[in-house]
Amino acid sequence: MMFSVRIDVTHLPGVLDPQGATVERALPALGYTNVTAVSIAKTIRLQIDAVSEDAARTQVEEMCGRLLANPVIERYRVELEELVAS
Amino acid sequence: MSTRVGVVQFPGTNCELDVVWALERLGADARILWHGDATVHGVDAVVVPGGFAHGDYLRTGAIARFSPVMTAVGEFAAAGGPVVGICNGFQVLTEAGLLPGALQKNTGLTFLCRPVDLRVETSNSVLTAGVAPGTVLRIPINHFEGNYVCDADTLRRLRDEDRVVLRYVHNPNGSLDDIAGVASEQGNVVGLMPHPERASDPLLGSDDGVVLLESLLASARDSVAAG
Repeated sequence: MMFSVRIDVTHLPGVLDPQGATVERALPALGYTNVTAVSIAKTIRLQIDAVSEDAARTQVEEMCGRLLANPVIERYRVELEELVAS
Repeated sequence: MSTRVGVVQFPGTNCELDVVWALERLGADARILWHGDATVHGVDAVVVPGGFAHGDYLRTGAIARFSPVMTAVGEFAAAGGPVVGICNGFQVLTEAGLLPGALQKNTGLTFLCRPVDLRVETSNSVLTAGVAPGTVLRIPINHFEGNYVCDADTLRRLRDEDRVVLRYVHNPNGSLDDIAGVASEQGNVVGLMPHPERASDPLLGSDDGVVLLESLLASARDSVAAG
């Protein structure tokens, strides 16, 4: 089974997000004075061939732990969708 | 025999020749260690120098830690061998789990390239064994991701175990607790953001980095003598 995977890697709460903070400071200059909590994250997309959704998810979680995210400063969220041949 | 120091070269490393030059002027036999070799070739000390290893893709140091040489560097460190990571090398060592914490983007969101004043906080590391705590050194930084961060427990441990090696006198990048360099539990692995090799001759504006490099060489000799 093929799955399309989207992994969002974001900063852990409390870890500085200088890019988000800078964009947040820039937006009011354009008149958007009602914007808060800007954060800039990373999105990783991939496709994976696995026997089941659980197997695919387990493998993706492992990849996140070992390479795709750094648990000291980041957390991640995995979204997974089966690709159906058309 | 002169002290043999291996200087790791990844694709994208760009400070390896500066480090070799600075160490050879101090009488060391410095040689490049290619990242694809799963050995440190019997050297007495290892330096992971600055640059942009593997393009810093994904995160700084994230890909470099999987290079074959890093397994060998990990084994060398576990056996008590002196290992120093400078700038990008520090980032690689944190990603490899040889040092705690991580380096994130500078608070000011700017790349910083200038001399800074550093206070040596402990002699309890291979890089500062020959330097009195309290000594202030002027050494350049050259980084975008130099903002040290770790969780509260780790910070407490670093302080309690005397493992904060260097602090910025004036924090340039938002680093937690002004940290510019930290050491492993045994003090034989050290990571720092500033570049001692760029402060190794008065012509470069400062030779304050020499005492650090000399400490490393002396530690390497002690480590060899201790067998």
